[in-house]
Amino acid sequence: MKKKIATVSLAGCFGCHMSLLDIDERILDLLKVAEFDKTPLNDLKKFTTRCDIGLVEGGCCNEENVHTLQEFRKNCDVLVAVGACAIMGGLPVMRNAIMNAVDPLRECLEEAYMNSSSVYNSTNDIPNDPALPLILDKVYNCSEVVKIDYQIPGCPPSGDTLWQTLNALIRGVPADLPYELIRYD
Amino acid sequence: MSKSITFKIDGATVTARAGQTIMDAADETGIYIPRLCDVEGLEPQGSCRVCTVKVNGRPAAACTQPAAQGIVVENDTLEILNYRRDLIRMLFQEGNHLCSICEASGRCELQAMAYRLAIVEPAKYPYLQPVRPIDASHPDILLDKNRCIRCGRCIRASRQIDGKNVFGYIGRGINKRVGVDGKNLADTNVDVNDRAVSPGTCPVGCIIRRGLGFYQPIGQRKYDNAPIGSEIENTRSGRGKQ
Amino acid sequence: MNPVVYKACRDFDYDGTRVLDILREVQSGLGCISGETMEMLAKELSTHRVEIEGLVSFYSFFSEKPKGKIAIRLCDDIIDRFAGVSKVAKVFSDELGIEMGKTSPDGIFSLEYTPCIGMSDQAPSALINQTVVTKLTPQSARTIARKLKKNPETSELLTRKGDGNNACLQINAMVKNNIRVRGEVLLCEGIPAEAGLKKALKRKEDAVIQEIRASGLRGRGGAGFSTGLKWDLARRETARERYVICNADEGEPGTFKDRVLLTERTDLMFEGMTIAARAIGSRKGILYVRAEYTYLLPYLEHVLKKRRKRGLLGRNIAGKKGFAFDIRIQLGAGAYICGEESSLISSCEGLRGEPKNRPPFPAEKGFLGYPTIVNNVETFCCAARILDGGAPWFAGIGTDESAGTKLLSVAGDCARPGIYEVPFGIEVSEVLDMAGADDPAIVQIGGASGDMIGRTAFHKKICYEDLPTGGSFMTFNSTRNVLGIVDYFLEFFIHESCGYCTPCRVGNVFLRERIQKIKSGLAEEADLHYLIELSNTIMMTSRCGLGHTSPRPVLSSIAHFPIVYASLTRELTDGRQASFDIQKALEESRRIAKRQSMIYDPIYGESTD
Repeated sequence: MKKKIATVSLAGCFGCHMSLLDIDERILDLLKVAEFDKTPLNDLKKFTTRCDIGLVEGGCCNEENVHTLQEFRKNCDVLVAVGACAIMGGLPVMRNAIMNAVDPLRECLEEAYMNSSSVYNSTNDIPNDPALPLILDKVYNCSEVVKIDYQIPGCPPSGDTLWQTLNALIRGVPADLPYELIRYD
Repeated sequence: MSKSITFKIDGATVTARAGQTIMDAADETGIYIPRLCDVEGLEPQGSCRVCTVKVNGRPAAACTQPAAQGIVVENDTLEILNYRRDLIRMLFQEGNHLCSICEASGRCELQAMAYRLAIVEPAKYPYLQPVRPIDASHPDILLDKNRCIRCGRCIRASRQIDGKNVFGYIGRGINKRVGVDGKNLADTNVDVNDRAVSPGTCPVGCIIRRGLGFYQPIGQRKYDNAPIGSEIENTRSGRGKQ
Repeated sequence: MNPVVYKACRDFDYDGTRVLDILREVQSGLGCISGETMEMLAKELSTHRVEIEGLVSFYSFFSEKPKGKIAIRLCDDIIDRFAGVSKVAKVFSDELGIEMGKTSPDGIFSLEYTPCIGMSDQAPSALINQTVVTKLTPQSARTIARKLKKNPETSELLTRKGDGNNACLQINAMVKNNIRVRGEVLLCEGIPAEAGLKKALKRKEDAVIQEIRASGLRGRGGAGFSTGLKWDLARRETARERYVICNADEGEPGTFKDRVLLTERTDLMFEGMTIAARAIGSRKGILYVRAEYTYLLPYLEHVLKKRRKRGLLGRNIAGKKGFAFDIRIQLGAGAYICGEESSLISSCEGLRGEPKNRPPFPAEKGFLGYPTIVNNVETFCCAARILDGGAPWFAGIGTDESAGTKLLSVAGDCARPGIYEVPFGIEVSEVLDMAGADDPAIVQIGGASGDMIGRTAFHKKICYEDLPTGGSFMTFNSTRNVLGIVDYFLEFFIHESCGYCTPCRVGNVFLRERIQKIKSGLAEEADLHYLIELSNTIMMTSRCGLGHTSPRPVLSSIAHFPIVYASLTRELTDGRQASFDIQKALEESRRIAKRQSMIYDPIYGESTD
């Protein structure tokens, strides 16, 4: 029975997914023991079956991130936070530095869409299409929202780190990463 | 020359001179005891607690605990490893450590310690996400105190080596922080050549030399290939602390 | 040069070790110690601004921002909270028109909370500048606030006088001693004056220490180290000077017995210090009094003066040729950690009240590097009594390992809070009976750093071998929330940790975060394991007694109140963190975007989770 893997990028940069592709031809070995369900790699939008392993890149910036993460928790036996953003919020979490402001969220949006020196916005509108998911009061890392079983540090984790950890997860043994593969950057 | 002292660290016999700490003696023997606030050339202060060892079964900081005849020191045990991991996690989580954008990444001792202790499990403690102002007043040196681990190495270097008093502790408890001797750093008598602000003094990315960002490429940085402490372990006779 | 700064520096002879006193004078004269003042002080005292700032930001009685001419500090102890201090606070806040923690625009009033001020038996209480007001009610608070608005003279606030020496000219406070049970060592009537000292002077130094060792006296501050051994260690050191320091920095929440001894057994305490000086060969002593007890200062100085006059201090004490000893008083400035002996020494030296590395221990290298003994007020009082009554008499009281009597400060839900002098070995239930606690459910023994026990452990004995205490005994009835009490203690430790070492500075914050999670019913059983593990790391790796003991309320409450914890924790079934509240996380966004959530608001979304 092949292990089923799902992956997603929440508030991340897809760098961790790129890194997953860095396992290069080993992906063929991977596909001998595992198959991908919902993942941007095959563009499958919905879970077709319960998965053994869920890999989550990115933390939660908006309600859709939360919803997707909860779906992953519901559909995966083992949930893995991959990369700095999923683990601790990553770059997006820098937004939390203004959460002590009087009206932090407004300040954040105004800085991003109106005030910042690199912004050209002639109408001074802040995007507010009903189809846009609502932004959260601050950035949450994955384990603040759902229970996370494992994490793979790195920004992004290298292809080798991902390969070794995935292998261990599939075989149900500890990853025991060597010194060279434990990186936070 | 006073009589030498012998004692055991994890079963190995270690020799020390009177007045040496457990850490000094271990270093000379080539046994590495992890540490952050202690650094060669400065008086030890025993604040990070990463060098916690057990001496005859009781915990003590190796950097301040004098070596004594016949003591039995535990250093590399699972129990102590777990304490040290917890302490490193505390230091990470009380500040804002975004390694991927930190100039010190790769030579940061906090990060290197986490690598050495193989901290890879899910975040155990909450992230406190402090909001501490950045001091960019000085043309050559920047202070990002969100990364400060309160090791006090800059404070001691300024006093003990530079003969100045540029830095000092202020506040208490979780608000204890490193202050500067003036309104801001530019208001002090700091010099860019002071040991206090030179590379190697600040173990993390709090004291940053401006205009010198990311000067070592990935792969050639201090801890890219060899774990922190290996420089001590690799010398059979140790390096000897002055 | 500001005249206040100039005068303060001159008053203390530009002495760097007296900088705390200088700062106190400047603070009271200027209402704050601003950056500019710090620079002035640094120049005058030949130190650095950052050093001064280090002190100002360390001690809570100093402040960089202006405080009112009348600083009202409400005692925020758990006992005071249960006694209704928040209602009192609201009245002050409404009457004076300022929020808690703020200073009025005219600079007259500031209002804030402060940790336990040592008046738990007469809660709620407050410090108004140095004046203590007790047993506050919303009514009395209103009267006080209105009086102060008309006339800022705090002495006008004394509507009643306390008992005993509290009523004397030099103290003149409404504080009550509330001595409920007098034992045979310290609080009994008719203790012969200076009898211990006279006997000590007739004997050799060795013999005095031998007497103390034989009595089995152990430190009354809580740690229980052998007093005789401590004295012996200090005496054996070769040194030019030796110091005797009396620790009256009674900061453990719920303790107030030293306050009563300072008031009623002042001479006995100084006598004990003098005996210690004789025993170890010291010429100088320091009485370190917490800032909250500043109202006792004139009286303490008065007693010292009388003793000097009577030849009990100074040269050739009590006619003993060549025996010279004198005592000065050092006021603290609001820091619980200074009750720890090496921090107290740091504080006496004019430094931040941070513990020192040990070894060397204070008995080897203490105040200014000289051998120093630091003992609690009660310990010195006991020492004086032992020299008079003899070691066998003292050792005959109490248990095998805990000789003598112990003063308990009983407070909380009981009819007769106050001071109980009881022999060591007394059962918790006996104390509860004496104090008239009719529905005791929780007893916190030994203060915030002590143990929390429930009914099943009320048979336990108060002594070093079973339940040790520095004197705090807080009782709570069955309506009180265990987690609320634990949460308070952690809040206290976070406030009072000096921040020197990682585990205490950070770990206590993490402990509290999880206790609050449990308190709000959002935790699971795994959180208890987390707490136990974290507690263990803090206790094993902290640098001083604060971190070694701060997790104790957590651990002891988990051990003694398993049902409370079990009822508050649940099992996570859906893998979601109960502490994450999506509705709260979206609140601001809804307001700014002026629309509902497509996912989490039922009127729009398909999913209603």
